[in-house]
Amino acid sequence: MEVRSNEIFGIVGGSGTGKTVLLRTILGLRRPDAGTVELYGKDVQELAAADRSSLVQSYGVTFQNGALISSLTVAQNIQLPLREYHPVSENTLDELADLNLALVGLARDAGTKYPSQLSGGMVKRAALARALSLEPKLLFLDEPTAGLDPISAAAFDELLLYLHSQLRLTVVMITHDLDTLFRTCNRVGVIVDGRMITDTLDGMLQNQNPWIREYFHGPRARAAEKDAHG
Amino acid sequence: MTVLKLEGEGDDWRLHLDGDWSLAAMAQIEAQLRVLPGGLHGTLVCDWSRAEAPGIGPVWALLMRLADLGTEHFDVRHTGDPPHFLELLQRLETQHRAAPAAPEIAPTLEHTVGEVGRWAVLQGAEGRAVIGFFGRLVTVLREAFSRPRALRPSSLARHIYETGITAIPIVSLIAFLISVIVAYLGAQQLGRFGADIFVVDLVTISVLREMGVLLTAIIVAGRSGSAFAAEIGVMQLNEETDALRAMGMNPIELLVAPRLLALVIALPLLTVIADAMGLAGGGLLSLLNLHIPLPQFISRLRESISPTTFWAGLVKAPVFAVLISMVGTYRGMQVRESARELGRLTTVAVVQSIFMVILADALFAVLFVQIDF
Repeated sequence: MEVRSNEIFGIVGGSGTGKTVLLRTILGLRRPDAGTVELYGKDVQELAAADRSSLVQSYGVTFQNGALISSLTVAQNIQLPLREYHPVSENTLDELADLNLALVGLARDAGTKYPSQLSGGMVKRAALARALSLEPKLLFLDEPTAGLDPISAAAFDELLLYLHSQLRLTVVMITHDLDTLFRTCNRVGVIVDGRMITDTLDGMLQNQNPWIREYFHGPRARAAEKDAHG
Repeated sequence: MTVLKLEGEGDDWRLHLDGDWSLAAMAQIEAQLRVLPGGLHGTLVCDWSRAEAPGIGPVWALLMRLADLGTEHFDVRHTGDPPHFLELLQRLETQHRAAPAAPEIAPTLEHTVGEVGRWAVLQGAEGRAVIGFFGRLVTVLREAFSRPRALRPSSLARHIYETGITAIPIVSLIAFLISVIVAYLGAQQLGRFGADIFVVDLVTISVLREMGVLLTAIIVAGRSGSAFAAEIGVMQLNEETDALRAMGMNPIELLVAPRLLALVIALPLLTVIADAMGLAGGGLLSLLNLHIPLPQFISRLRESISPTTFWAGLVKAPVFAVLISMVGTYRGMQVRESARELGRLTTVAVVQSIFMVILADALFAVLFVQIDF
């Protein structure tokens, strides 16, 4: 599979087909069994430690359950990578935390809360704020709208589109949410029968593979498609 | 290299934003923003034409600083290819100004008194909670004994294996070594009076009455007390205990009772093993260092102990087991919200259970002297 810059690329596939494993491999959290992962044209496995560190700073990641550090407040979570890589004054750190909260549409006082005090939608937004804190050009999102109510999920889609256009981000997203898929993604990669098939959404709708047909022509997909186009 | 230059006079100012304006240069940018003078009025033109790779954070910091300088007194304009997200940040900044910052709570006398009161109330609530926990546990156990299936034999077996059988090597080793040390040091002192043979008395009485059971309890508190707290704590964080309650099952019956019963069974058995290993250590050292042959060691052992010596140690084991398992499981059930809580309460569980074991041991010592046991 190949992701082009400045697109929103959706990865879909049945449960247990290895979407999260794929993401973890891209992020270098596990070694690929075969093949290579290249980010910005460089093989991730071959990088020296220093290059790896700068590579890690160049993308943002959100995990399925947010993975906010539970003993830190939301603002401290956002400041965590900033503190690590860009030593600046507390005052500026607070300003930057406010900025990232504002970017993802969280109120200022959300920064003082602990992750356990947040609702599901706020956790996803706070995780996105942390992922954005180093100003990445590339975002990896694992199921960003899973577990959200339709209103929050739709708001998250809009937020993503907004940030994508305003900050010129490239987004790679694992999602099961057909509404999100139809609303936001430019291209889609489907993992089926152990292989990845990538195409545009329109191309996927024409695809004759039985699983893909089932996926994109099921009752839920038809409703989501109608919403997106109508 | 970031350079920030302010030029102009009167009502006409120009701010040159030159060089690296990425997040990596944040520290420099911050320092230069700080020295921007106040008291500007008229118009301020920010010239972006020589800024390289402006980042969101630095631009935000600039907007914040300009606002601090009093944008109500001067107009800000941007020229020379400002960053594409500038408009977004300006909009966010307006919203940001409108939203009040979280109020900072200054510590006042009232506040301090309030904190003390809060602490006292919390301590009272905790005391009640401990008693409540004990009460529920007793109720569950009473019911369980009338209904053997509620004893959860498979869970019980697993915990006996984990707290008992897997602890045998470390308990044996430590009991053996400690008794060797006691015998060795004892021999040094007693040898001066030619009373070598009393080393046997020293080892047997100290191992059987005190050290066998106490060392075992402390090792088990460290191993299993922490495991209980951590295991149940993670289940709390995962909402597993809530799930059990929602399915009409009692977490105390499912999680606490089997651990308590398992430890009440395992700890006395471990104590017997520790006693045996302790005596073996004493015997070995007597043979090698004091040249007391084994038959003589055994006959001296028989003379030195009364029939109750062994039981005076062993009878404490179930009590220690109850203390360790109750502290461990109770602290586990208290875990809420965060990984830090889990770590804190696991530590508390171990420290408290060791403290309780030693306290109980002291009470037993006084009691046994009083009743001449």
